[in-house]
Amino acid sequence: AFPKRVKVVEVGPRDGLQNEKNVVPTPVKINLINMLSETGLQVIEATSFVSPKWVPQMADHTEVMQGINKLPGISYPVLTPNLKGFQAAVAAGAKEVSIFGAASELFTKKNINCSIEESLERFDEVMRAARAASIPVRGYVSCVLGCPYEGKISAAKVAEVSKKMYSMGCYEISLGDTIGIGTPGSMKEMLTAVMKEVPVGALAVHCHDTYGQALANILVALQMGVSVVDASVAGLGGCPYAQGASGNVATEDLVYMLNGLGIHTGVDLQKLMDTGTFICNALNRRTNSKVSQASCRL
Amino acid sequence: MGTVPSALKHCLSYQHLLKEQLWIGEPAAPQAGQESQASGLPEYVKIVEVGPRDGLQNEKVIVPTGIKIELINRLSKTGLPAVEVTSFVSSKWVPQMADHKEVMRGIERHPGVRYPVLTPNLQGFHSAIAAGATEVSVFGAASESFSKMNINCSIEESIEKFEEVAKSARNMNIPVRGYVSCALGCPYEGNIVPAKVAEVSKRLYSMGCYEISLGDTIGVGTPGSMKRMLEAVMKEIPLSALAVHCHDTYGQALANILTAIQMGVAVVDSSVAGLGGCPYAKGATGNVATEDVIYMLNGLGINTGVNLYAVMEAGNFICTALNKKTNSKVAQASFNTGAIN
Repeated sequence: AFPKRVKVVEVGPRDGLQNEKNVVPTPVKINLINMLSETGLQVIEATSFVSPKWVPQMADHTEVMQGINKLPGISYPVLTPNLKGFQAAVAAGAKEVSIFGAASELFTKKNINCSIEESLERFDEVMRAARAASIPVRGYVSCVLGCPYEGKISAAKVAEVSKKMYSMGCYEISLGDTIGIGTPGSMKEMLTAVMKEVPVGALAVHCHDTYGQALANILVALQMGVSVVDASVAGLGGCPYAQGASGNVATEDLVYMLNGLGIHTGVDLQKLMDTGTFICNALNRRTNSKVSQASCRL
Repeated sequence: MGTVPSALKHCLSYQHLLKEQLWIGEPAAPQAGQESQASGLPEYVKIVEVGPRDGLQNEKVIVPTGIKIELINRLSKTGLPAVEVTSFVSSKWVPQMADHKEVMRGIERHPGVRYPVLTPNLQGFHSAIAAGATEVSVFGAASESFSKMNINCSIEESIEKFEEVAKSARNMNIPVRGYVSCALGCPYEGNIVPAKVAEVSKRLYSMGCYEISLGDTIGVGTPGSMKRMLEAVMKEIPLSALAVHCHDTYGQALANILTAIQMGVAVVDSSVAGLGGCPYAKGATGNVATEDVIYMLNGLGINTGVNLYAVMEAGNFICTALNKKTNSKVAQASFNTGAIN
């Protein structure tokens, strides 16, 4: 049986734009987020408080955070990789933050130049400060179904890292198939292991569509009781590990499937498609959403 | 998330993982069957490759006979158990399939591979047999409007024509596969009632079709509507005689196929490189890509007998010939990580 409601976490403005070739001006980012706020989405990841040296696309994080309309009932989490980023985020008005762990040692080393253990220690600082400020923290675990450096990732390792992050105080753990290599088989195996350590109500899936498997993987997660799914409007955000390949699953295609399953999301698909059209025009690119591409309607 | 090198061609671990996932050059691992059994999924799924017919018929560019033959010959070597070759339809209606006789006569016939062809009526059937066909397909629809617009007659009239074909086929021991279009929605009528799909399927099965392929012609279906439709059809047709033919126009194909497989369906139609756009939604995609289906089935531990890498190569061949990008995400990703050159 499927959950009756699914919370869709929109990551387009952050994960999406961060992985797009073209950098988008601040007003366009703000407009994108404002349009998304009108679609019924309850969570919109706004930006990332990372040094612009590393992620130039997110250099305007403070302006974006301060410039967007913050509608009541909608959460606008931001990435904060360390205490410094956290403090800057709070100063800019952030009310929710996210931290990114990984189930792969090599990936962690290549990505943030430390071990998994060391990264969790850094996060602990953020957790303490967040707790003191009553700011909820969402935890991400990358490479849950495979790693571009290590290859196979054991489900037990994913469960271990997820458990640590949950115990540290993350209210939700988003399990990311970072290179989109997973299939319903590996998704099931991984979730079975993680669900032994973290309650399913605190789990989310963040599937990439690089191998076209995202919706099938999400379907399996839903069948196992997961009711929070990350997606990116228009499927923004390519895969940095496979040039020209796609990355994030498109929010429109996800909502289309959930609608067909009779699962409530609160999202207006037409408004979402309009938002996708807007950002694709601004980026001068075609949408990655198949629902958007198809023009016949039922 | 920090900087990441964009070129990982050197990354051996990723290539290893990919090769494992793609099961390049290797048949299914011995424990694969058990894995799928434990989860209630079929141990083996038969893939029916429709690229050369359904795919090429719906491509803008008309492909020369020699290229069609080469494509089919390559597909014959991948382990695919069935390759739909061409359509014995009047070239006035389907110019892309005008060379049906030459293609049928020109292809290599590999043992263990079936080569069905479309035969909309008795005339087409006779022509197909004369050209050497050993299996034929007939196309019904669950929608009156679609039937009228597509073949200019009602469902009942079309069934009568197919019965003629089925009768002749039976006399000659030629197996007939039946397709039901618009199983999850119609471009003209909109919603299609599952009971109607079941009724048309039953008519085709009763006249002697050994297998009924249920087609989501415009790709509007979702796991919800797929389940309801299959539940209705499974009341009339044994599971082992059912196949699903999903279009990926709304990105739902793999999720729909997974749903069908979870319900026990063990035959899936697909098209190499996702050839064949949707004639009802300009610029939109149509058939689901064979590569992406096999990737998913491999990951589920389900045996198909198909070498994914070989299919990707055939896909690469035809896309080059058509001067177009592949619609297969697996092919896109694999060729770009350097795991495949």
